[in-house]
Amino acid sequence: MSVADATFLPADARAEAKPAPAPRPVNTEPAAVRYALIGLAVAFLSLFIVLPLVTVFAQALSRGWDVYLAALHETDALHAVYLTLVAAAISLVLNVVFGLCAAWAIAKFEFPGKSVLISFIDLPFSVSPVVAGLVFVLMFGAQGLFGSWFIDNDIKIIFALPGIVLATVFVTFPFVARELIPLMQEQGTAEEEAAISLGAPGFLTFLKVTLPNIKWALLYGVLLSNARAMGEFGAVSVVSGHIRGETNTMPLHIEILYNEYQFAASFAVASLLALLALVTLVLKTVLEHRLAKDHKA
Amino acid sequence: MKIDVHAVSKSFGSFKALDNVSLDIKSGELIALLGPSGSGKTSLLRIIAGLEWPDAGDIRFDGRDALSLSVKERDVGFVFQHYALFRHMNVFDNIAFGLRVRPRKVRKSEAEIRTRVEKLLELVQIGSLAQRYPTQLSGGQRQRVALARALAIEPKVLLLDEPFGALDAKVRKDLRRWLRDLHNELHVTSVLVTHDQEEALEVADRVVVMGRGKIEQVGTPGEVYDAPASAFVHDFIGESVALPVQVENGGVRIGAQHLNLDSQGVASGPAQLFLRPHDIGITLPSADALRGEVLAVRRFGPTHRVDLQVPVEGGTATLEAAISSGHEPRIGEVVGVVPERYRVFAAQSAH
Repeated sequence: MSVADATFLPADARAEAKPAPAPRPVNTEPAAVRYALIGLAVAFLSLFIVLPLVTVFAQALSRGWDVYLAALHETDALHAVYLTLVAAAISLVLNVVFGLCAAWAIAKFEFPGKSVLISFIDLPFSVSPVVAGLVFVLMFGAQGLFGSWFIDNDIKIIFALPGIVLATVFVTFPFVARELIPLMQEQGTAEEEAAISLGAPGFLTFLKVTLPNIKWALLYGVLLSNARAMGEFGAVSVVSGHIRGETNTMPLHIEILYNEYQFAASFAVASLLALLALVTLVLKTVLEHRLAKDHKA
Repeated sequence: MKIDVHAVSKSFGSFKALDNVSLDIKSGELIALLGPSGSGKTSLLRIIAGLEWPDAGDIRFDGRDALSLSVKERDVGFVFQHYALFRHMNVFDNIAFGLRVRPRKVRKSEAEIRTRVEKLLELVQIGSLAQRYPTQLSGGQRQRVALARALAIEPKVLLLDEPFGALDAKVRKDLRRWLRDLHNELHVTSVLVTHDQEEALEVADRVVVMGRGKIEQVGTPGEVYDAPASAFVHDFIGESVALPVQVENGGVRIGAQHLNLDSQGVASGPAQLFLRPHDIGITLPSADALRGEVLAVRRFGPTHRVDLQVPVEGGTATLEAAISSGHEPRIGEVVGVVPERYRVFAAQSAH
């Protein structure tokens, strides 16, 4: 008996009608399926992410705190940390400046070749880092395109800090620009026009109107690009020359130690990078929360 | 401030947004640029503001060349269609923005700015919302903030780009009356862009009707409604119906029927007779009246709308008449159709 028929029945007949089974909301799965899915995700995450992370710290501390601290206090290790920080800092500044310029140009102006520029910004994501490193060797190396000029003028690019910075900037450039472009496109130019019509000079407009509107996206881009800059291996490996205490960054130092069977020391330095990843993760979550607000506004 | 627009042209690629447009805006008046989308009204407004530059022509503010001035030197207050409020600033800071970014030499003290902003908040009747952020305001409230922000810099000209376009009908009506009152109080030269004729006719001292990058007519709301200067204006403003007619020897012929109508100076040849539904009378069929057959009768507020089929050159046309209730004909009845007020325009050449 269908529900529609029920209304036409006398009252006593309706009372006999069976109560409808408690409906299950259409947008949830049965409990068994839900737990299976959740379990699968957790198992996968544990196997591929949590377990390796734990291993890094376990290995690093396998021979005690003393060995761990000694590995970090060693001159070459300290220099590698220092070099990584310097390279990351320089490339961050460059990324912020160029990322802002590129995003501004793309989001706020119409010009021919815009789509080509957007594709170029994405290029580093699609090129293997090793190729990126090689490009700089071919350009600035001793046999490179501009190599002889730099050698004549006693400027070292390859196997020195400038080369490492170049390679790092290359692989991290898209993060800031990619983060800013959609947000700035979405926000349009109306607020800037309003500011200018109210008499604000260009720079003040940027500082008081544009920047506050994009600051969380900018920080987010900086965070991602920093994580990548500090962890970059391939491109930097090609241009660095692996000179201990001079051109080794943290990832390169880790590899060398590992190849020399100094596992505890190697994992000790690696644990620093892992720590960075955890900090990045926390900051990322916080920033994503702020960003969602920006998009909503 | 008086604004002279002289022979301004502007193209976007192959699209001619403004084609040799000239317009004099008197000091202290509220003028409305009215036209369908793509008519060039917003382009003209943005050129006056200095947000856009013309390809050719001249803009003068009180006789002074405005094109040599940047936006911020022009002293214009611009109200944007979608408000363009600074989303990370509260209402108070939004309104104070224009005062705070002035060069140090001419900047007022923070206390003076506070007084001025509070006065403006009161003027636009949103004093209690000073600490709110734009996302916490309704559309009407946001538009009031945008207006207060534009007025804060004491502009000589107030430019409004579809200020009520994004609001619902009721709020829109309230706000435009309020804007009219505000203008009566402040008397700042104002240019309002709108595609809503009701808004233009109700608010403006003068209406500029624009179409396809040209000015079709400039006049008071009464003039543009009662005496449209072109077929375009008649068609765009108010309800209208057009019938294809022939002008012959100073008279008008519809289909085979000669009517006792004035050709209004239109040369002999094909022409269009424009009528408004309220200006069509219905009588008993006679030799002087156009023969019409009643197709449909609809109740429409205080009047009845009557669809009439009339014979025209090479077929029939349907026109809608508004007849006061109680006098409406029956469906299928044959009646005499008498144009009480009408305009005749030469047939438009194909565009």
